[in-house]
Amino acid sequence: MTPLVHFDEVCVEYDAGREKTLALQPTTLEVAKGDFIALVGPSGCGKSTILKLASELLAPTAGHIFFAGRELGAEPVRVGMAFQSASLLPWLSIRDNVMLPLKIVPPFREHYRAKRKGEYRDRVDALLAQVGLLDFADKNPWQLSGGMQQRANLCRALVHDPDLLLLDEPFGALDQFTREELWSTLQDLWMARGSTVLLVTHDLREAAFLANRICVMSARPGRIIEDRQVTTPRPRQISQTFRPEFVSIVEQLRELIVHAPAAPQIPEAAQ
Amino acid sequence: MTPLQRKFASAALIVGVFAFWELVCLIFGISDLVLPRPSQILSTFIEYAPAIWPHAWQTLYTTMVGFVFGVAIGLALGVLIGSSKLAFDTAYPLLVGISSIPKVAVVPIFVLWFGAGTVPAILTAMIICIFPIVVNVATGIATVEPELEDVMKAMKASKRDILWNVGLPRSMPYFFASLKVAITLAFVGSVIAETVASNKGIGNMMMIASSMFNVPMVFAGLLVLSVLGVALYAIFSLIERRVAGWAMRKGS
Ligand SMILES: Nc1ncnc2c1ncn2[C@@H]1O[C@H](COP(=O)(O)OP(=O)(O)OP(=O)(O)O)[C@@H](O)[C@H]1O
Ligand SMILES: [Mg+2]
Repeated sequence: MTPLVHFDEVCVEYDAGREKTLALQPTTLEVAKGDFIALVGPSGCGKSTILKLASELLAPTAGHIFFAGRELGAEPVRVGMAFQSASLLPWLSIRDNVMLPLKIVPPFREHYRAKRKGEYRDRVDALLAQVGLLDFADKNPWQLSGGMQQRANLCRALVHDPDLLLLDEPFGALDQFTREELWSTLQDLWMARGSTVLLVTHDLREAAFLANRICVMSARPGRIIEDRQVTTPRPRQISQTFRPEFVSIVEQLRELIVHAPAAPQIPEAAQ
Repeated sequence: MTPLQRKFASAALIVGVFAFWELVCLIFGISDLVLPRPSQILSTFIEYAPAIWPHAWQTLYTTMVGFVFGVAIGLALGVLIGSSKLAFDTAYPLLVGISSIPKVAVVPIFVLWFGAGTVPAILTAMIICIFPIVVNVATGIATVEPELEDVMKAMKASKRDILWNVGLPRSMPYFFASLKVAITLAFVGSVIAETVASNKGIGNMMMIASSMFNVPMVFAGLLVLSVLGVALYAIFSLIERRVAGWAMRKGS
């Protein structure tokens, strides 16, 4: 079966004036539809870069990216994205914030005017109810706690049923308890919707709890040095993360990242 | 202090300042040719109100017309500059250059082009209030958080979508804050032009009064200007709070 997303020997070099930074060595990664992949690795190894490639915010310097067998960019891919800062729009209510993608992404946008008070509103409210935010739908973002804002951020990234959900350290700024709560929320959302998720994180417990596959990257210029399956059945419980087999996965990942061999440099282009 | 007490205290303080002024003038016997007392200014104002009124009206008229044009042009330029790097690099130095020219220096040019009277006053008011509006609107639009921009671009939002849904609403608090500055600047512009080249308006009235050493009348002109300024400032503060209240983090 063709993978949903296929990075084929993709390489990225940032070109900031005279200085060139090789961010990603030729990297190959296949993402199956409905999979949940976590990307972990030392800071600056190119994790965010991979997400930017998948969302077409950035074009690869070399190599190809395929979506459902066709080169990325050939036809629009529906993407949802969320970052560490919730970046909700303060002048809109939570409901309107979550509805924003329906105003912008086709085919929803064509019917936005007609349906925003009916069908779309119900759709948003159902999603908000799922993450326990329905009572706050009419509030403005600053009236919510950080964890609640991040829930709304997740909803905004999901409301238009994206083919690909890209999360860049979404829980990085939250305290441990809130973070764990949100892991469960995300797991529930994923199980209910069957989205395909690429999650970048620094938290190895988070990666092991949430993902089906964990891709470990080397230091910059990054490449994938380990691709590991996590087969623990779903739904997983937070308490499971303290069991020995789970702890050993986290330890092994940590060893890999800390002792990641300095990647052999491929010859750089003339400076 | 409760908010009511605070308001009362600040009102009392303002009255106190005028009382102090009155007292100082009385105690030191300051001539009204140097510094008239507030009571003299007020009585002059009441006495000459019918004569002052058309001048005040003229100044208000030129200021408002200039302001409206200035806001329209400033908003359009601000959107343009805020959303295009090229426009920013071209227009910003030009704007800074223009706004550093003392406005008194441009009035004669306007008079040369359009003759003395209403038009130069409107134009001076206009150009003096464009700059703060442009800068504020452009800042609001250009400083959209990069992460939010990525979220929007990942949804394949067009530049127009981003401007309309994020840039413009986001720049509204900046815009309204600049309106308060712009309206008071617009008064400065009209009055400057009227002082130099007009036979009508508060600026012109003050010029004539000062040439006749009618100092209380000059101050009555100042009184009219500041009352108009404060009133318009208050109106725009009110609009600001209505339209961009979210930026002040008050309940919706
Ligand atoms: N716009 C840019 N211009 C130049 N270099 C960049 C740019 N963005 C990223 N880089 C470089 O590319 C490398 C990879 O960046 P990336 O943001 O993908 O790292 P990351 O793995 O997400 O790091 P972190 O975990 O700290 O977020 C970094 O070393 C960074 O210096
Ligand atoms: Mg990153």
